[in-house]
Amino acid sequence: MTEAYIYDALRTPRGKGRKDGALHEVTSVRLSALTLNALKERNNLEGHAVEDVIWGNVTQVMEQGGCLARSAVLASDLDESIPGLAINRFCASGMEAVNLAANQVRGGAGDAYIAGGVEMMGRVAMGSDGAAIAVDPSLAMETYFVPQGISADIIATEYGFTRDQADALAVESQKRAAKAWEENRFEKSVITVRDQNGLAILDRDEYMRPQTDMQSLGALNPSFQMMGEQMPGFDKVAMLKYPHLERINHIHHAGNSSGIVDGAAAVLIGNKEFGEKHGLKPRARIRSTAKIGTDPTIMLTGPVPVTEKILAESGMAFSDIDLFEVNEAFASVVLRFMQAFDADPDKVNVNGGSIAMGHPLGATGAIIIGTLLDELERQDKQVGLATLCIASGMGAATIIERV
Amino acid sequence: MAEFTLTKDADGVATITWDVPGKTMNVMSFTGLEELEACIDEALADDAVKGIVITSGKEGSFAGGMDLNLLAVMKEQAGDDPAKGLFEGTMKMHALLRKIELAGMDPKSKKGGKPIAAALPGTAAGIGLELPLATHRIFVSDNPKAKYGLPEILVGIFPGAGGTTRLAKKLGAVAAAPLLLEGKMLDAQKAKGASIVDEVAADPVAAAREWVLNAKDADLVKPWDTKGYKMPGGAPYHPAGFMNFVGASAMVHGKTQGAFPAAKALLSAVYEGALVDFDTALKIEARWFTNVLMNPSSGAMIRSLFLNKEALEKGAVRPKDVPDQRVKKLGVLGAGMMGAGIALVSAQAGMEVVLIDRDQESADRGKAYTETYLDKGIKRGKVTAEKKEAMLGLVTATPDLEQLKGCDLIIEAVFEDPKVKAEMTQKVEAIIPEDCIFASNTSTLPITGLAEASKRPEQFIGIHFFSPVEKMLLVEIIKGEKTEDRAVAKALDYVRQIRKTPIVVNDARFFYCNRCIIPYGNEAARMVTEGVAPVLIDNAARQLGFPVGPIQLGDETSIDLAAKITRATKEAMGNDYPASEADNLVFWMEAEGRLGRKAKAGYFDYDEKGKRIGYWKGIHDKYPLADEQPDLIEVQERLMFVQALEAVRALEESVIEDIREADVGAILAWGFAPWSGGPLSWLDIIGAPYAAQRCDELTEKFGPRFTCPPLLREMAEKGQTFYGRFNPGAKDAA
Repeated sequence: MTEAYIYDALRTPRGKGRKDGALHEVTSVRLSALTLNALKERNNLEGHAVEDVIWGNVTQVMEQGGCLARSAVLASDLDESIPGLAINRFCASGMEAVNLAANQVRGGAGDAYIAGGVEMMGRVAMGSDGAAIAVDPSLAMETYFVPQGISADIIATEYGFTRDQADALAVESQKRAAKAWEENRFEKSVITVRDQNGLAILDRDEYMRPQTDMQSLGALNPSFQMMGEQMPGFDKVAMLKYPHLERINHIHHAGNSSGIVDGAAAVLIGNKEFGEKHGLKPRARIRSTAKIGTDPTIMLTGPVPVTEKILAESGMAFSDIDLFEVNEAFASVVLRFMQAFDADPDKVNVNGGSIAMGHPLGATGAIIIGTLLDELERQDKQVGLATLCIASGMGAATIIERV
Repeated sequence: MAEFTLTKDADGVATITWDVPGKTMNVMSFTGLEELEACIDEALADDAVKGIVITSGKEGSFAGGMDLNLLAVMKEQAGDDPAKGLFEGTMKMHALLRKIELAGMDPKSKKGGKPIAAALPGTAAGIGLELPLATHRIFVSDNPKAKYGLPEILVGIFPGAGGTTRLAKKLGAVAAAPLLLEGKMLDAQKAKGASIVDEVAADPVAAAREWVLNAKDADLVKPWDTKGYKMPGGAPYHPAGFMNFVGASAMVHGKTQGAFPAAKALLSAVYEGALVDFDTALKIEARWFTNVLMNPSSGAMIRSLFLNKEALEKGAVRPKDVPDQRVKKLGVLGAGMMGAGIALVSAQAGMEVVLIDRDQESADRGKAYTETYLDKGIKRGKVTAEKKEAMLGLVTATPDLEQLKGCDLIIEAVFEDPKVKAEMTQKVEAIIPEDCIFASNTSTLPITGLAEASKRPEQFIGIHFFSPVEKMLLVEIIKGEKTEDRAVAKALDYVRQIRKTPIVVNDARFFYCNRCIIPYGNEAARMVTEGVAPVLIDNAARQLGFPVGPIQLGDETSIDLAAKITRATKEAMGNDYPASEADNLVFWMEAEGRLGRKAKAGYFDYDEKGKRIGYWKGIHDKYPLADEQPDLIEVQERLMFVQALEAVRALEESVIEDIREADVGAILAWGFAPWSGGPLSWLDIIGAPYAAQRCDELTEKFGPRFTCPPLLREMAEKGQTFYGRFNPGAKDAA
């Protein structure tokens, strides 16, 4: 079978997803186009160099609607013969773009693809595209719908994670992210976002709070307790689904959940011939991809079964993986992953994650693949696995191997 | 005789009067719908008619709703495809109401329609309000007793004649929710405040006439028929509406514990209807309405909670030849919690009550219960000071048995000890008139045995109240071996006076209700001893629609009571007693002082104020939690079967003579899964063959208490249902 290789991976810095965030003035289309242009420049992608741009994005309304992928291509310097496909698998959209592109290449449908994604969470509010699963009574009741924060708290309750454990993970994420920036570990990936005149807007993740400690986190109130216990009472719904639970332990808050940010990322994927033709050296091969559907109420446990699935399909053992990126949507998601596999914390999210730097929904999946690859190279390790939990009960994973 | 009649006057007002012959309140029938349509057609077609007023010929009410028997008829008449019949029948109703709403106006310009107003002399419920909601304006009388609303949800269906769609589109989801989801009935002023009706008038017909004669074209057009209509509070994908709808599903789900299909269907009709135009929304409403009617739960709920409950209240099982036995003067022996409650509800019904206890102070304490209750009512504006004085005036609290002279019914509610009861019986019988009926409010002691102390056992009967008396809707009447018809009639007439629902059962250990409740609690205790998590047991019961789980119920009714009953039953049954580890659990908890809520320690831990803070983990020192917890379904089946099989045995042993009483009693007395229509209805729903098979499997796994009763086995073999085989009510109709 044809192999799919990663030739390049880059991302924008992540801006705070609110009015005073540095990227708030930048449109989704422009940030996407900037990212695509950076990839084009770095790799000399003239003409119909790639078959398609597969662009992950979750809230596909308003400026992010109308097939954002195509708008981004047209706004970029890429050739208009390259089409554009907008896809949505919630938080794994960026990863799904990469996986889909890799599998197209492996299957022979074109030599190369650009895959990635964008989310301007400060400009297009999460949830503003509606969602039947939350609002359609038949579906909501049938699936025992609760919001993600409640799901994260259910994981904590079911698997016995305390607030302290979650806060400690958050503090560690901040520390690792700070250190990574200090040591310029993101140097290869992070591009500077510039305006139409070439003036720099942002060159560094701005969401981080390196001073975070247990004490400062301890002062934060749980975010989902009200909606769980009082109005409208999601805990009752949770306990209908999990009748062995007496109550839900609400441990998550703004400090140990992923940050709301703006950002984009892109990965260049192609077969061997593509690299030879463009004089590019492959950095890693995409060894395996996987996705899975899981219980939609606890919702965010997908990384465990999808990791089991991808390992089984690749004929690998957990111990064959050198490094892991497990998206820090909520602290309990990562805690559960480490608990299930008895993982060495030093190998998981080495440079921090979404709790420290933020989680631009449609882009994160592509971001963490790039981060994983950078770190494998830095440590001179071979194999890495990236995985994300996904809304409505799904999981996705990618295994990459340096070549 | 016609149910709807049309009259026209010189001013050009056509009046359509709804007056079903032979009924005190109008109910809608097939004939009614046809006649209404004919009247509307005639009035719309007649050029001399300028406006139409729809009113009722009944004093103080417009209509009570749909004849619920019709729903079953619609289903039956539809033959092989009942869903089609129900859907088409519902759509026909929509078409008629929509015709009223559009009133002949030009579909484009919305002009030229005839004003149609509803003039309601009083109470309007169900289709009795859905019809007015389709008119252009609703006038109601200032009758303070009248109530307006859509209570369908309470019998397991939802408003299916456009009421759901019209209220939701008119008020928005949030404002319509209490009316649709809780079936709230409002008085005239509150109904106007909630915008369900438009005007309150001393003479609603005159006001309606005046309005139709002056109404403009624009007054006739409903908001949803105008361009740019927006749902109040926001449609589902409007930012504000989104949060409301997300919250609504969660709230309804949590509140109903998923056990009531009608609530889910109703909410779906509102949501899906909110996303489309009005006519499409009506079609959606009809599809969900059909869906609910096709669910066996709705039929069972209507049968038990409406038709059969009403039949029992109206004397379905009362001995026919006994003249009126209404109580004038009641003697209550024992002014404890039960006696005080009995005095309260009896005085409320206007009876003279003599409340007896051993000394004046104790008797006064019992009467004070009524006073406190009335004071609370005054605070909430439900009771007037005059009413309070009048009611307290009816109650004489005294230790003097002589005051019982002239009583026509005695209810004894003294300490649950045969000796004490016997002594009281004899003392009192020496004073009361010869023809006075003597009843005991025992919950556990066989009536036949207690009657032995009486010199008039044929006038001796059991009237078993549930606690708290003023809240619980059921009264269980127990016939002893020698109890005669007049005593039964007396008890039934009394229960009717206090407006509760009676069931009449024959004497046997624990009668009917406790006979089923005790094994329910026992099964839960057994599971605890097997290592099943108490929270799983309670949640399993709640998801079946029980208001509280059996573990929590154990704490509410107290552990020492359970221990006492266990000891007494053991003693009475001797070798036949089916001992289990559950007994040891109860005795152990009793010895540990974990007596339940009253001790602030039981299956739960409590805070100082007596609020539950969580299940008591100490129980697992003796009965460790099993590593593998059973499936929810298995826990639920054990809880359901252990009760339902007891109901079948009660029927086999003729403790229950009429199956309606087994079902209605179970729902009202202990909240047995209301969606099922009661234990026997539940067995009908799952089917005797399946039930018998599950009995065998449960017996194999858990023991002989799940043995299939011979009656159920026979029914399984013959493919029978309880309601098919016993056909209750057939003899009342005959």
